Amino acid sequence: MPVWLELVVRVVGVVAAFLVLPLVVGQAEHKVMAHMQGRLGPMYAGGFHGWAQLIADGVKFVQKEDVTPREADRAVFRLAPVVALVPYLLALLVIPLGPNDLVGQPLDIGLFFVLAVVGVGVVAVLMSAWASANKYSLLGGLRGAAQLLGYELPLVLAAASVAMAAGTLSLPGIVEAWRPWWLLWQAPAMLVFFVAGLAEIRRPPFDMPVADSELVFGYMTEYTGLRFAFFLLAEYVGIVVIAALTTVLFLGGWQGPFGDAYLGWLWTLIKVFLVSFVIIWLRVSYPRLREDQLQRLCWLVLVPVALGQLVLTAGVRLAIA
Amino acid sequence: MSERTGLPGEGLAKGLAVTLRTMTRRAHTQQYPDVAPELPPRSRGVIALLEENCTVCMLCARECPDWCIYIDSHKEEVAMPGAARPRQRNVLDRFDIDFSLCMYCGICVEVCPFDALYWSPEFEYAEYDIRDLLHDKTRLGQWVATVPPPPAHDPNGEPSKEEATAARKAAAPATAGQRGAGPEVRIRRPARRPPAGPGSAGNPEASGGREST
Repeated sequence: MPVWLELVVRVVGVVAAFLVLPLVVGQAEHKVMAHMQGRLGPMYAGGFHGWAQLIADGVKFVQKEDVTPREADRAVFRLAPVVALVPYLLALLVIPLGPNDLVGQPLDIGLFFVLAVVGVGVVAVLMSAWASANKYSLLGGLRGAAQLLGYELPLVLAAASVAMAAGTLSLPGIVEAWRPWWLLWQAPAMLVFFVAGLAEIRRPPFDMPVADSELVFGYMTEYTGLRFAFFLLAEYVGIVVIAALTTVLFLGGWQGPFGDAYLGWLWTLIKVFLVSFVIIWLRVSYPRLREDQLQRLCWLVLVPVALGQLVLTAGVRLAIA
Repeated sequence: MSERTGLPGEGLAKGLAVTLRTMTRRAHTQQYPDVAPELPPRSRGVIALLEENCTVCMLCARECPDWCIYIDSHKEEVAMPGAARPRQRNVLDRFDIDFSLCMYCGICVEVCPFDALYWSPEFEYAEYDIRDLLHDKTRLGQWVATVPPPPAHDPNGEPSKEEATAARKAAAPATAGQRGAGPEVRIRRPARRPPAGPGSAGNPEASGGREST
């Protein structure tokens, strides 16, 4: 296979995943949330149990007027949704789906790249918040900045623990090094990573920047139409990325009960969807944290646990070697 | 914080359990336009008018708390062959119920002495113009077709008044001539013979007034 063809196939694959997986997760969120609340959820769009609801939503968003407030900083305001969306697309590029280079772009420093790119999200939040010229947007954006900067630390520390255990920063390398007993060894890091990841994508119960009961819709207040849809899509892609990262780092990625070589992609997808289900489940079950509780959880619980996990990982690693 | 018992995080787990359990159960959603709702018997949907039974006594209009019943009538003379003089009869010209005012208390249905008003369970008569909610007597008459038959009596309940009276009448001729005809006979007497004595004051309102509705 010539290089350019391989490149095209890989890019198309990643874009397809980027377009399909968030829709599947979003639809699952509609239905799971509805049934957890004793409802049915969408039933009409597409005919069978509302399977096309998100597509219909997308069509609706496209038809809406694209409003930019008069006082807004136009260029920044318009750029922000793209900045929110693209990092997740880039993150999907390096997350391995299966063994033997079944990945958009195998990268030796994949973990480093993913964490750096996901961290760009805070820029999008601040851009949209400041450029909207709206006090609710600004409040939401500042909350978001405080939250994202705070939770970046436990996220990175927990990821560092796995990297230390595997001895590599490459995501496929981490999956290859993974052993089932790591589930126990890295359990605290997994919890910390998962919770910090939830906060990182601003999912309930960590949706203080959006907090519709207090801040209208936080930094997304002024957005309409397609730009708002971009933010929503970014949220769903965020779920996929965090679920995929948790899978790859802590749940053994493509390693399954049998047939890793040719069924690896299936194990990865199953695990991703299971983790996504838990993310949705948490959203349905828990109320939003208060702002002070949020910071408290981060600095007094997650960071110490992550640091302790680092010490534990280093100790076990030394003991093995 | 208040003191708690049990393991730390127990509440969090309970919250997750509640949502998960709800997910495994059937949803409560009623898919209304697709599936007709199962309404309980004697649902109060709309009021139907059986025009033939109406004598224009105006009780319903007077008892209506919202004053949403409008009645007009005129008198007609009916000459009966063989009668000494023509009789007068009330003829209903207009019987409107304004359902934009109606609060569905059902007092008009209860109070109608001639069973001209009924509850119908039909409820799909929303309109784009509030003035169209004023149903005239033809519209109210059309609802009669949707009135369900009265629900059967509770087998363990008291027999209906009609049944009780019929049974009493069947049993009455044997004992009516002599003494001890029972309270029910005494009820009817004061109505026919006004100077009946001390018993006439309490009895009619004790049973005749309230149970008949």
